[in-house]
Amino acid sequence: MWPFSSKKQLELPPFWWEYEDGFHQKLPDKVQENTFVVWDTETTGFRLDRDRMLCIGAVKLMNGSIAVKDSFEVYIHQEHYDAESAEIHGILRKGKRERISELEALKLFLGYIKNHVLVGHHVMFDVNMVNAALRRNGLPKLKNKTLDTGLLYKRTLLISNVLQKKEKYALDELAEKFSISKKDRHTALGDALITAIAFLRIVEKLTPRNLKDLIKKQDPPKFGL
Amino acid sequence: MKNTISERVADFLKNYPPFSALESGQLETLSYEVTIVHKENNSIIFSEKEAPHDCFYVVHKGAVALTKKGSTQILDICDEGDIFGLRPLLAHENYKLEAKAHEETILYAIPIKEFKPLALQNHRVGDFLIESFASNTRNPYSQKHRGKLYGITTASGDGGGTETKLLDLQPVRYSSDLVTCTEGTQIKTIANTMGKHNVSCILVVKEGLPVGIITDKDLREKVATGLFPITGNAKSIMTTPAITYPKELTVTQAQMAMMKSNISHLVLTEDGTTDTPAVGILSKHDVMVAMGNNPAVLLRAIKRAKDSKRLRGIRQNIVSLLQGYLDENIPIGLVSKIISELNDATIKQVIDISIKKMETEPPVKFTWLTMGSQGRGEQLLNTDQDNAILYENVPDEESEATRDYFLKLGSIISTELNTIGFEYCPAEMMASNPLWCHSLDEWKEVTTHWMGNPGPDEVLLSSIFFDFNVTYGEKALADQLSLHIFDNVKKFPQFLTHLASGALQNPSPSGFFRDFLVEQDGAHKDFFDLKLRALMPLVDAARVLILSHSVKSINNTAERYEKLAELEPQNKEVYLACSYASKALLKFRTKHGLLHNDSGRFIALDKLNKEEKIKLKRTFKTIKEIQSLIEIRFQVKTLLR
Repeated sequence: MWPFSSKKQLELPPFWWEYEDGFHQKLPDKVQENTFVVWDTETTGFRLDRDRMLCIGAVKLMNGSIAVKDSFEVYIHQEHYDAESAEIHGILRKGKRERISELEALKLFLGYIKNHVLVGHHVMFDVNMVNAALRRNGLPKLKNKTLDTGLLYKRTLLISNVLQKKEKYALDELAEKFSISKKDRHTALGDALITAIAFLRIVEKLTPRNLKDLIKKQDPPKFGL
Repeated sequence: MKNTISERVADFLKNYPPFSALESGQLETLSYEVTIVHKENNSIIFSEKEAPHDCFYVVHKGAVALTKKGSTQILDICDEGDIFGLRPLLAHENYKLEAKAHEETILYAIPIKEFKPLALQNHRVGDFLIESFASNTRNPYSQKHRGKLYGITTASGDGGGTETKLLDLQPVRYSSDLVTCTEGTQIKTIANTMGKHNVSCILVVKEGLPVGIITDKDLREKVATGLFPITGNAKSIMTTPAITYPKELTVTQAQMAMMKSNISHLVLTEDGTTDTPAVGILSKHDVMVAMGNNPAVLLRAIKRAKDSKRLRGIRQNIVSLLQGYLDENIPIGLVSKIISELNDATIKQVIDISIKKMETEPPVKFTWLTMGSQGRGEQLLNTDQDNAILYENVPDEESEATRDYFLKLGSIISTELNTIGFEYCPAEMMASNPLWCHSLDEWKEVTTHWMGNPGPDEVLLSSIFFDFNVTYGEKALADQLSLHIFDNVKKFPQFLTHLASGALQNPSPSGFFRDFLVEQDGAHKDFFDLKLRALMPLVDAARVLILSHSVKSINNTAERYEKLAELEPQNKEVYLACSYASKALLKFRTKHGLLHNDSGRFIALDKLNKEEKIKLKRTFKTIKEIQSLIEIRFQVKTLLR
């Protein structure tokens, strides 16, 4: 058998067990009754092996409401730094913001997201970023269900060959389409809020029967019935 | 405490009273406690007699309608930055009005627990609240306080009368861009200034205070008649003293004042006397616009509008005009003409505004084509925008720059239209899309391609595009394109067959036992899809028939059938029935759209009365008849489907 697994399991910190315990509880069936964590990360770049998260921002969405107070924003202290990406997110290595260690950030983040569905724009990138960070700290991967507003948005467009759907829709395009202010673009929390509002509008357009249906809607539509 | 979002909330709130009076620290703390609430169109925020929530609301995006129960009349619409639902919290009463999202809306819910101490501490906030409740308006500092917010106690309970009365009690909206001159200004200069600002009167001021007023009428009667020379000065012809009123004036008061003194302009000053500076001028025109029941006045207001925000307000009036017409049972043909005319004027004005936003004038002549229902003159409610740009051919070396210019213009226009209330087209059939922005030759190529290879997509595209109507610019360009299309109809006879087949693709409205067929699935389960099952078959059939006769520039479906009746006397009866049916269905859709504040496309059958159901079913018979007519005429059966 796998020689390391049992040993490693024992070393997991209490906050991880607490996070994992949360998944014994089933998610509500109705979309309105679910709490969605809409989030975004700012990173030093796009490479999972080399680049690091600088900031995580998230808001909780419950029945169409977002409590400002209950949002999540941490800045992470990182050794790796990339001057080019700093131009985008404006996070300098020696900025004034208070910063915490990666492990501390993960701990807070897991405590915040619990077993809620994670919503993000091209969310798998952020999930993979967090998973890479978890692995560096000897922890397993995220267990949450995810929803990608990029995929969901595509489903709101008409099914027709007439419209040439793009492969990917940038968050900027969504913001424009739904006339959301792009003022805080490229701060993790600002992007999370833009994504949250876009998500609400998309859900309204898609009118899913329940949570399962909404998650299924991310897959490309099936033809030939 | 603060974070990125609370900073953003604070950034927004600080622009609006009473939050503008808060110190930045206080605002920061308050913003941190805010909840951001998203409301779908028509969802209720609070209802009448409901116990007060623990927070009040500020509109961040969208609009909220306040209504009294059992009345369809909207008492007030709250826009960006407006507060509502505050007084019941302070007075510990239940809500007296119902608040409903008038479109998709984002609200900031501000907890009263955190706000109250601030209101008590900060006397400017307190003053604002006292003043706003005393004057019974939402925002006493705003120039456009329209209407009362809370607990309107109607003494007289006579149904319809009360509602119009409530409207009349609305404070009037006046122009605060004052155009002024001094007593010594030459008359010629005055006339030029008035012309430049496109106003009908000018205020004469002395040391900042209003002393008199000169109107178009003065110039006409005193100068043009030769009574005074054009080189004279303002003092010689002004009407003095100016009649002044306080700025808080309701529509009715303003009307009374004008009638009393037989004048067409009122000067509004700080305290209503000539001893304080003027803040605005109110013309008869403003009063008429506020009444909003006259298309000519609305048309003029549209042409005068300088930005899309103002146009958005005017569109509200267009909707109430429409409501009025339907209530009075005015023939729908006439109604749709007037409303389309107003819609067209709005779009024209938007285009003019947008061109000014571009750095340069358009490089070549162009046409703005509206397609789909607006092109057919059947768009009564705000629905999607479908449009395209057609511009003159340019030499190859300029083609890229020209296309870029028109694409940019197209996207400015479509954004502005969206601000006014025309939704984006979900299929991106808009001039901002490179596929819908072409030169004449390019369009010829595109349409030839569609007609030569009529697959389902091409048929769909042509059926949308071929209803185009010139809203702005060079009509000759569009005519050339039409001619080209008719030529192609002759060249590709197969195309009409395919178009006819497309017209028969719509699902049937009724089942075997003449029952309504309702939607089986999705958001509108058990609703009847009026557009797809009843209107579209008629519209599609009219299009293919009229194309086969090479008749251009008749786009309206009902008119197309009337023309067809003229061209084919042997089928007159069917065509006239179709014309009637399309008008009836359009009216049906509009009525339901107004009732539910949506596009009216989906009808809840259980809400219909017997008469309405019979009327609807009668149109189905007509639809079946016209469908079998085109099936036989264009030999659709022979087509391999």
